Amino acid sequence: MERKQVQSQQSSSAEQEVAQVEIQHQAREVNQAQVAETDDLLAEIDGLLEENAEEFVKGFVQKGGQ
Amino acid sequence: MTVERVMGAETEYGILAPEQTGANPTVLSAQVVNTYDTLFHRALRARSSSQWEYSSESPLADSRGGEMSEEQAHPSQLTHRAPVLTSEEIAAEALKESGLYAERLDWDSVTMNSILPNGARFYVDHAHPEYSSPEVTNPLDAVLWDAAGDHIAAQTVATIEVNATESGLPKVNLYKNNTDSKGQSYGAHENYLLKRSTNFDDVVAGLLPFFATRGIMIGAGRVGIGTKGEKPGFQITQRADFFERLVGLETTIRRPLVNTRDEPHADINRYRRLHVITGDANLSHYSNLLKFGTMSLVLNLIEAGQAPQIKLADPVAAMHTVSHNLTLAAQLPLAGGGTITALEIQGEFLDAARELEGDCDAATQQILDLWEQTLHLLETDLFALADRLDWVAKYQLLSQYVSQGLGWDNPKLAAIDLQYSDIRPHKGLYFKLVQVGRMKTLFDEATIEEAAHNPPENTRAYLRGKVISTWPEEIVSVNWDTIVARDPLGTDLYRLNMPSPSLFTKSSVEHLLKGEHAGDLISWLNGQNI
Repeated sequence: MERKQVQSQQSSSAEQEVAQVEIQHQAREVNQAQVAETDDLLAEIDGLLEENAEEFVKGFVQKGGQ
Repeated sequence: MTVERVMGAETEYGILAPEQTGANPTVLSAQVVNTYDTLFHRALRARSSSQWEYSSESPLADSRGGEMSEEQAHPSQLTHRAPVLTSEEIAAEALKESGLYAERLDWDSVTMNSILPNGARFYVDHAHPEYSSPEVTNPLDAVLWDAAGDHIAAQTVATIEVNATESGLPKVNLYKNNTDSKGQSYGAHENYLLKRSTNFDDVVAGLLPFFATRGIMIGAGRVGIGTKGEKPGFQITQRADFFERLVGLETTIRRPLVNTRDEPHADINRYRRLHVITGDANLSHYSNLLKFGTMSLVLNLIEAGQAPQIKLADPVAAMHTVSHNLTLAAQLPLAGGGTITALEIQGEFLDAARELEGDCDAATQQILDLWEQTLHLLETDLFALADRLDWVAKYQLLSQYVSQGLGWDNPKLAAIDLQYSDIRPHKGLYFKLVQVGRMKTLFDEATIEEAAHNPPENTRAYLRGKVISTWPEEIVSVNWDTIVARDPLGTDLYRLNMPSPSLFTKSSVEHLLKGEHAGDLISWLNGQNI
């Protein structure tokens, strides 16, 4: 009886380990997907930006309003 | 109680001629206002000619007998054909008509003030084009008709660009932001109708702690600290650094948290118009909904005498501190000793509003829930709000560049800050974030376009917009609370006063728009003693 319990505990902890590894693996995949997505977004935004950032910012001069 | 209240928004756009930096901004603003004014008038004329019954006309019939064939006729003789013009042709002709072509700039025909078919006002305010939305009755409509202004601005910029070569006029870009970070600021104002009977000291006391802290929800985010952005970094709001004192009449210098301009554009014995100048220009629909929604609920609290009694030691300093502190944990000194955070102040206003509103309508419930959810996420999971709040979206985006090694003083980050507010849908970074699904909206593009052409149906803006689109040639002048029309066959003028913003709605005047002349409608309404 006792042995059986131990065995089942062992197997259950082994399952947990597998599950945890899987979750970690998934999490890493998600993170990588996020990183790739962020890189894509930044690349897309870089493509939209005015060519010379410094000149654009310097030239953006407004008169005061309300 | 309810979140419903008569309100409106004003946006002063930043203006830039990218190929002619240093061009006179007032001239550029006039170019913008005129282009749209001419554009919509042309569209109205095209519409009325398409409604004309052409089939009974026979302009080629010759009284000497016989008829000229269409092939022989000059195109201008074919007046029985409804004109079909492409949008480019319309735009080109619009610019020519506006007297704005560079070689013959005709200031006599240049309009500085335009009332639009959607009931809004588009005009030259000093050195900026300004869009003042039509009066609406609730926060969601305020968001919609404010976004309609951005649509109008974008359409105007595109028209000018398409015709730049032929017109010789500079291309113009418009930015929905509030500062050039070189010491200048321009506003995005809100207007709310308030009971005249409310004691103004109570209004001030209630508003100061609210204004000092609401930036955490409705800030548009800004690269640089100080009016000239002299200190590198990021702050929550565009406007905070430009406020210097508590209460005052000015809006362009020594700006006060509570503006005392008392010009209700309505019955002065019953109403006050609270002119709010502390807000940022928001592109995000959710930031804007929070702005109009929470403000309306706070005014309910003040009118009911139930606003939280929070007295900050220095509300102006607190407003600056809140804007500069990205952890939202800054302790703001209280007048009676002790401290409080911005989140705690907003939480107290929310709790008081929940209690006062009680069993409320769905629109009010939406604002209360959004307010609560926003405060909760600000405290627990800031970047979860990057899909809703302007400042968080901008901060998250910029942080990604910073984590790649860019310093906060890198001009690229300042350029991203500016370009977030570029109103061109293919260039503006806000619009890009929406297009790639990073930011949520409340209205789709078709609905916003509809609001650019049509007035709200439940305020006097309905009649204002409709007289402009129904009798464009007969309207002499239109203001927030008056309409003056002329008799097309004589010299008589007809004047209508509209002291109540809640009258002259679709249900009460739509049937009168089928009449032949605006003067008939005004005479009839004046006879009703409304």
